[in-house]
Amino acid sequence: MAFVYPVLVFAGLAFAIGVGLALASRYFHVEGDPLADKVDALLPQTQCGQCGYPGCRPYANAVAGHEVAVNHCVPGGERTMLAIADIMGVEPQAIEEEATAPVVAHIREDECIGCTLCIKACPVDCIIGAPKQYHTIISDHCTGCTLCLEPCPVDCIDMVETPELLEHWSWPVPGTKRAIKAEKRKGKHDAQGELSV
Amino acid sequence: MFDLWEKIKQTLPMGTSAGFTGGVVHSNQHKRTAGQAIIACPLPELLIHPVKQHIGDPCEPMVEVGERVLKGQMIAKAQGYISVPVHASTSGTVEKIEEHTIPHPSGLGLTSIFIKPDGLDEVDESLHPLPNYRSVDAAELRERIRNAGIAGLGGAVFPTFVKLVKDQKNPIETVILNGIECEPWLTCDHQLMLEKAHEIISGMDIILHLVGAEKGIIAIEDNKPDAVEMMQKTLQEMGLNEHVQVQVLPTRYPQGGEKQLIQALTGKEVPAGQLPMHIGVLSTNVGTSKAIYDAVCLGEPLTERVITVSGDAAAKPSNMLVRLGTSMHFLLEQCGVSSFEDIKVMHGGPMMGELLSQDDVPVVKGSNGILAMQKRSIMRAHFDEEPCIRCGDCGDVCPAGLMPNLLASHCKENQFERAEDYNLFDCIECGACSYVCPAHIPLVHYFRYGKGQVAQIQREKAFAEESRIRSEKRDARLAKELAEKEEKRRIAREKKEARAKALAEKEAAEKAVVDKDSAEQASAEQTDKPEVKADDKPAEDKA
Repeated sequence: MAFVYPVLVFAGLAFAIGVGLALASRYFHVEGDPLADKVDALLPQTQCGQCGYPGCRPYANAVAGHEVAVNHCVPGGERTMLAIADIMGVEPQAIEEEATAPVVAHIREDECIGCTLCIKACPVDCIIGAPKQYHTIISDHCTGCTLCLEPCPVDCIDMVETPELLEHWSWPVPGTKRAIKAEKRKGKHDAQGELSV
Repeated sequence: MFDLWEKIKQTLPMGTSAGFTGGVVHSNQHKRTAGQAIIACPLPELLIHPVKQHIGDPCEPMVEVGERVLKGQMIAKAQGYISVPVHASTSGTVEKIEEHTIPHPSGLGLTSIFIKPDGLDEVDESLHPLPNYRSVDAAELRERIRNAGIAGLGGAVFPTFVKLVKDQKNPIETVILNGIECEPWLTCDHQLMLEKAHEIISGMDIILHLVGAEKGIIAIEDNKPDAVEMMQKTLQEMGLNEHVQVQVLPTRYPQGGEKQLIQALTGKEVPAGQLPMHIGVLSTNVGTSKAIYDAVCLGEPLTERVITVSGDAAAKPSNMLVRLGTSMHFLLEQCGVSSFEDIKVMHGGPMMGELLSQDDVPVVKGSNGILAMQKRSIMRAHFDEEPCIRCGDCGDVCPAGLMPNLLASHCKENQFERAEDYNLFDCIECGACSYVCPAHIPLVHYFRYGKGQVAQIQREKAFAEESRIRSEKRDARLAKELAEKEEKRRIAREKKEARAKALAEKEAAEKAVVDKDSAEQASAEQTDKPEVKADDKPAEDKA
């Protein structure tokens, strides 16, 4: 009869924990997906669609649901990829496309015909204009997503590099001769490795 | 047990000889210009005034090209609260207003006002002297100090008027006048104390009056005994020696740092992320104090300052009174620098100053020293960064009590969150750690890099947040428009249906009427028809 107590104890425990879990799932229920929110908070919100999803939020939902890899956000760059990989608990993967220098869209106003197609395309509502009036872009709010280029029937939108502002300037990483030398050696080493493979 | 710990503490190099932790001692051999009288720099051919020479918002130019301006005339007005105006430093005509490189490590430019001097040096007398400042309203004095364009001349260039508040919550008890000048090579504050003691102390009296403080301290390091003597003598002459005292501190770098000086004098530490005013202390540089005297008692805005022009490549190093806007190239030529090859120009002292990428930049309010250094005497020309040997010297000398070795490796590996955990933003960038590092690691450079990256990440985050809100609002708007359209369609459809129904009903009714008619007709016909029979039916009924 020695087995009765352990069985009773574990059955009791299982019941108690089961009730606890049931109550917790009821009273601590969270609406929405907190993981997707976390991923969304890391994304740069350019809404560019380069990941194949129509905006940052849908991509965040897909990443949180393990439907897609973490390395599809090109504007976010390596830093964003690493941060997402960290919270998703997956291995970091290299980003295939190179991120370009920060750009903003600019409309050549004298060529604009006022068709409003770009206004409809802008995901962050930063183009102002009216039918048959020049349109212009509020460059402070432009995320550089390039979504307005395609609908423009007269190709009057350019992507221009943002000028380096004095107040946004920051010190570059200290480049010492030793670091440069080491980088060269590393490159050489990698090249040799590739040859031998 | 505790005695043993005390003994161990005494053998440690930190915090034993000065009233603040850490620090290094420099020899006086580099103070080449010590004791040299201040000489006035001649008028250059062109003066360049950048619209921002302080910490805060840039100014807005208020003169036009071709306009004649006078010495002391406001040429760019302050924008925003933390901002002070810029004044012309001689009379002449505005030649152009365009971007020009400023003394900044980035080598980037800023909108600048170019003035061609006419040699007359005609003074704008719109500011009236207020020699009886004790009877003037504090708000008016503060406005005067702001309009005179005064920002901290020790190098940080924080607008001075912002500090001069009589705050009920944080009353200022002690005003500290910073005459420490702990950077090697620099002697401009030292010489100013010797030559303008009366003005400096009057300036301090104005500050005492403004903030309602009783106690004043003039802090001077013990390598300037002549300045100590001069200050004490002048205080006695002015009868202020009851409120204000001169305090002599042992020479140690970076004692001139605001937080370090306050700790050395009062024993109180300024809490991280707070200002000296939160612990009831206000500190200003002696040069700023003199500028306040000039602005209030003489009605002269800040248009010139004393600069130490020195360095091992300068044949005639001197302390010079320089008009703001003078080209550094011109200034260095006055001090015997003939060839600019193999020379690096340094803006500020050698510990905290910045190497400039070009020498064609103007002198600004924050220029306390300009050093022409031989390329070979710059440390980085000889030594390269080597791996950290964990000696811990950097931690011993850090006046902020940080661990520079760990901070630097976190910054190097782009782990800024960890660097922030190790209080990266408490670093005052004094350079003591880089100075003592036996592995020649450019520690402060790493911290500046880290701070810049953190700021950039925060900016990007704020921008992403803003974009997210814009995008969500747009989605909501589109959804609303769609819903409205749907609603309209639904209403239209319902109306159509209702109309169709009404029509159908009408038709049906008409049809019914028609049917009725036809039925009646039919029935009539029927009645007509069976009339023959009808006779039978009623007959039946009747039957």
